[in-house]
Amino acid sequence: MQPASRREFLWAAGGAAGLGLLGLVVRPAEATPAAMQEAIRKVVGTAKVSPGRVKLELPPLVENGNTVPLAVSVESAMTEADHVRAIHVFTEKNPQPDVVGFRFGPRAGRASVSTRVRLADTQAVVAIAELSDSSFWSATVNVVVTLAACLEEA
Amino acid sequence: MANALISVPARARRGEIIEIKTLVSHPMETGYRRTQLGARIPRDIVRLFVCSYNGVEIFRAELHPAIAANPFIVFPTIATESGTLTFQWTGDNGFSVTESAAIAVE
Repeated sequence: MQPASRREFLWAAGGAAGLGLLGLVVRPAEATPAAMQEAIRKVVGTAKVSPGRVKLELPPLVENGNTVPLAVSVESAMTEADHVRAIHVFTEKNPQPDVVGFRFGPRAGRASVSTRVRLADTQAVVAIAELSDSSFWSATVNVVVTLAACLEEA
Repeated sequence: MANALISVPARARRGEIIEIKTLVSHPMETGYRRTQLGARIPRDIVRLFVCSYNGVEIFRAELHPAIAANPFIVFPTIATESGTLTFQWTGDNGFSVTESAAIAVE
């Protein structure tokens, strides 16, 4: 079969958007907030995750979920005794809750990292930082996505 | 095939925090998409990125399908000594790319 033409694709996308508005869209497999909690538990274990210290930057309104700039930074002295060990990012409604895990050490100098992610839906994105004293800190950002990633046919 | 783009300052002062930008060309096929015939397209992603500074690992990223195509990662490090930074991406279907960049620290 021919790959979808631009016109067919746009029709399909428009149709999907219309169905979405009516709440009738059949979604692909997606993670749920519960699945995200489970994924977070896998990383933090039984430790307590407190909000704060982490700054997660994402555009509040995303036109194209296929490539969304994401920046995370953590307030930390980044010394041998007190540094950020890892930053993990999770989403609520992507097919998989895990997005990325960064590991660094005191040699980073400052705890900040940025990348580009995919978002399948309007949802909350959570960043969790693991510090060298084994405490966990988090930040949550709600993002509105107009064109979702992961839906189009190849 | 695979191309990597790296931006590392050529020279830095000792102790300065430098920013490293990396991009590797890769489709990051999620494994959740289907063709028009409904067949699932198998997953093909970069799973791991590691950066070493003169042989010592300084940064690592574990990637999942939610990373956009052509993974772009920006991270900091302290310029400690002159030498080589090596960057390695590994992933599904035997994907492996290694790049390096020299830095002069004064």
